[in-house]
Amino acid sequence: MSAVAADSVALAPTDYLLHLADNALVLGQRNAQWCGHGPILEEELALANMSLDLVGQARLLYDLVARRAADGSTEDTYAYWRDASQFRNYTLLELPHRSPLVGYAQGDMDFAITVMRNTLYTALMVPLWQQLCDCSDPDLAAIAAKSLKEAQYHLRHACDWLVKLGDGTDSSRQRMQGALEHLWPYTAEFWVSGKLEALARSAGLLVDGAALESSWNAIIDAVLEQATLTRPPAPEGYVSEGKVGVHSEHLSFLLAEMQSLARAHPGAQW
Amino acid sequence: MSSPSVLKEWPLWEVFVRSKQGLEHKHCGSLHAADAAQALLMARDVYTRRQEGVSIWVVPSKAIVASNPDEKGELFDPAADKIYRHPTFYEIPEQVGHM
Repeated sequence: MSAVAADSVALAPTDYLLHLADNALVLGQRNAQWCGHGPILEEELALANMSLDLVGQARLLYDLVARRAADGSTEDTYAYWRDASQFRNYTLLELPHRSPLVGYAQGDMDFAITVMRNTLYTALMVPLWQQLCDCSDPDLAAIAAKSLKEAQYHLRHACDWLVKLGDGTDSSRQRMQGALEHLWPYTAEFWVSGKLEALARSAGLLVDGAALESSWNAIIDAVLEQATLTRPPAPEGYVSEGKVGVHSEHLSFLLAEMQSLARAHPGAQW
Repeated sequence: MSSPSVLKEWPLWEVFVRSKQGLEHKHCGSLHAADAAQALLMARDVYTRRQEGVSIWVVPSKAIVASNPDEKGELFDPAADKIYRHPTFYEIPEQVGHM
């Protein structure tokens, strides 16, 4: 099927597929840190469910890349045997569940950061998967159709919390606004049109960046208003570059935890 | 009496799920949630993770009026010796088919 398709339609470039996969895997791994530490039992299950959705999306995309590479690689090659600089996820997704601390100080996980990040990311993924459902790459379109339903639920779940905590007590509102201001600058990376986007465009994979940005703004503005939070001004200064492999110090620690077992026992089977 | 606008404890909700083949919603458990919308989301995450259902109801537990277990005798025991109330003493004609 792929061989026939390759002659007639544009296939998504590998780097772009890895970008989508890395986003899902890194946020899935990050959110899975709540497992055993959730604020309430039901939310713990919900976060684990959604992490598994994300890991599932990553697996489908890595598997697609591996099949097309036809070089003996598997989904595990991409998840476990690449280092931080080879990951193409947005920096936003690798940040710990807490506000900045001095040095390597350990802090409690802050649910406000989790809720805010999930909202900022899924508000991007719902319209993006929607666009990719109609893309020229049939395999990616199929993955997009499956992922869209998951992302729609993730967005609904995150927005429910965002409104409850934003329009909640003084303390919860303050924490949500703090999380918003901490994470907001990292969203600038969504809108930088660089190498990845150029690659996708030259492969004929048309992702309409302007339409995406206006959909994202509409979702975010509506939910912030409902949550009585204040949208911060447009970020200035350094724009994070995770999607081209320049990451924060947090990604290596996350990957170390995720990859150590596979690297200690290469090729091990359950 | 505490102010009604501040809940220290989240209210309890009873969860009913209808399975794909099922015709009716069946009670499957309960959970705590701040409001009805959240109760639905949580019921989805807790009780339908393994494709158990295609529809969910949540009902505030306090809205359920239950019979008193102490009155079990007077409520239910009198039915025990009325076997003639079971429709087992009739022969159903074959033409009727499955009832």
